Amino acid sequence: MHALLRHFFYFSSVLPHWRAILDGFLLTVEMSVLTILVGIPLGLVLAVIRLLGVKAVNLLVMIYVDVFRAVPQLVIIVIFYFALPYGGISMGPATATVAALSLVLAALAEEIFWASIGAVPKGQWDAGRSTGLGFLSTLRYIILPQAIRMSVPPLTNRAIGISKSTTLGSVVAAPELLNITGSLQSNTANPSFLTVGALLFILLFLPLVRWSRWLEGQMQQRKV
Amino acid sequence: MTEAAVSAESGVDQRKKDLVIIRDLRKNYAALEVLRGINLTVRQGEAVVLVGPSGSGKSTCLRCINRLEDPASGQIFLGDTEVTSRHIDLNRLRQRIGMVFQGINLYPHLTALENVTLALRKVVGLSRHAANEKGKHFLSIVGLADRFDFYPSQLSGGQQQRVGIARALALEPEVMLFDEPTSSLDPELVGEVLNVMKRMRESGMTMVVVTHEMQFAGEMADRVVFMEQGAILQEGRAEEVFGASAHPRIRDFLQRVKTGGY
Amino acid sequence: MPDFVSTFLNWHVLITVWPLLAEGVGTTLALATLSLPIAICGGLLLAVLHGLESQPLRSLLIVYIDLLRAIPPLVLLIFIFYGLPFVGIELGPITAATLALAMNGSSFFAEIFRAGLEGVPRGLREAARSTGLTWWQTMASVVIPIGVKAILPDLVSNTIELFKETSIASAVALQELLRSAEIAQGITYNPTPLIAAAIIYLATLWPFVRLVSRIQKCSLPIS
Repeated sequence: MHALLRHFFYFSSVLPHWRAILDGFLLTVEMSVLTILVGIPLGLVLAVIRLLGVKAVNLLVMIYVDVFRAVPQLVIIVIFYFALPYGGISMGPATATVAALSLVLAALAEEIFWASIGAVPKGQWDAGRSTGLGFLSTLRYIILPQAIRMSVPPLTNRAIGISKSTTLGSVVAAPELLNITGSLQSNTANPSFLTVGALLFILLFLPLVRWSRWLEGQMQQRKV
Repeated sequence: MTEAAVSAESGVDQRKKDLVIIRDLRKNYAALEVLRGINLTVRQGEAVVLVGPSGSGKSTCLRCINRLEDPASGQIFLGDTEVTSRHIDLNRLRQRIGMVFQGINLYPHLTALENVTLALRKVVGLSRHAANEKGKHFLSIVGLADRFDFYPSQLSGGQQQRVGIARALALEPEVMLFDEPTSSLDPELVGEVLNVMKRMRESGMTMVVVTHEMQFAGEMADRVVFMEQGAILQEGRAEEVFGASAHPRIRDFLQRVKTGGY
Repeated sequence: MPDFVSTFLNWHVLITVWPLLAEGVGTTLALATLSLPIAICGGLLLAVLHGLESQPLRSLLIVYIDLLRAIPPLVLLIFIFYGLPFVGIELGPITAATLALAMNGSSFFAEIFRAGLEGVPRGLREAARSTGLTWWQTMASVVIPIGVKAILPDLVSNTIELFKETSIASAVALQELLRSAEIAQGITYNPTPLIAAAIIYLATLWPFVRLVSRIQKCSLPIS
């Protein structure tokens, strides 16, 4: 037990490096926020495009969605960082991670928005069209507000999941929290850094997980 | 058509203008023929009620008038405008036709007033202030002036449908279409909606109504049209269609409705 | 674009590194086959425990489940692989990866099973018990069959996720598919192996992704 405390909770040895750890934490948050800000609107755009009903375009969208849902996120990140440069597209590790994860989130978000749009009762379209509202107006003022509201709980879930995946950036050496604490641990042979890292991740994500659980509970209640 | 135009111009109201003209309307869903050549004319100010068993095509016929359904063949005219034309501006057309739905279809995320004014602002282009004035006016016509900032979930079924009527009326259409407006309501709420419809009839609105409320049909209709399996079986005044000179199948139908076997 | 093909879809490179990739596939499958049953059983156990009428136990379980859901799986893996040796627990890459994946997976499966069990109306359970069925018989013949049908798309979906998650083992140098592809890319100075790995994942998982979409479509109410 004493060994446990000595090795994993030796916080005073961690303290001098607080700056580096904070930078890592902030980068994790930054990457998560960017991914969400790019991924979710892109997913909405893709769902609306699919709604327009051009078969060839729909096929492309569906292929895109299937690819980014079937291939592991780390593989996509590695491809963006290691493979794309061969084609002339170079990006830093954090950028590659955000780019890859945004595209994954967009694919997940598209599926969610698509299902929500489909779940809005057909009568809402009838009512809007029958008062002279065009397709896009009906979509904008009547359908999307309802669909987006419906999408919030599953989207929150996915967004939290994607944020956790920013840790994958450590594999391509993006200096986010896991990378920083992992490096510090291996440089100083001190696992307390790992503990601190884990605790910070819990600090960041546990409230979000709880909130997501609460949101889902709300949705269930409203259905009843 | 020309005859009516001439009479109108000369100021002699010899007969009311034909407002909705349906000629040989046909529609099918795959192999199933839903409408087999419907011919129907609705004059201005008339209240025409479509009745008949389920699956007779009444709703489909109604929904073809504002092109929520597309006919396979045939023609529909609203006044001088050919509704079934390929070049028609549907959004402009639909401002001239009001529709009230069985499923009510109020927008749940908007208040009663916002439901009524949405089209006024986005389609007609009224300012928020002007739209609200108009919206409140039509909400008070249907008796809901004091509920304008309630959300649909805070209103009873009958109140919701009355908002639905106000929403359609707000565009000041030439004709109002009612697709089984009371079928989804609890029995005690049906009356308030029928009363609004009766008052509308008295004010001279042209109405085409699909309903199962036989008594209401009898009281309100200028003309009753009995449809069966996609065709018109009989049409005429309520006394003719429901009375002694009714077709035997109509009498069977009325019997079934009365005994609740419907 | 010959340039594109010879860079990203280079047949010769592929032939050269194929054995390496095949080994990687084998390791990935092994890892998935090891972690999945443990994750499912763990999740089921957690869900059943949660179903017992004990509020303190339930609260404890929720904290545990949420902790596992909050920690990113890679963090858990790094902690197990690099941290535990300091207290004398040295696990090889495959053991560490299996443990991390199973723990993480079990928390998600627990949530799915919990929702599934709760989704079966109480009345059905009461009806079964009132006809004399024991608790276990009720579970086996009524609750579980009905519950499983409702959560089937989520179960398949989560299985797909676990399979994809095996790629994080590359971070502790386990030579599963991604790691093999990275090594191959390093040897040949050509990104084709990485693309090939992606295509292999795609080919394997795409049918299941489509399957989930189809099941979900069936269970959505038709307006």
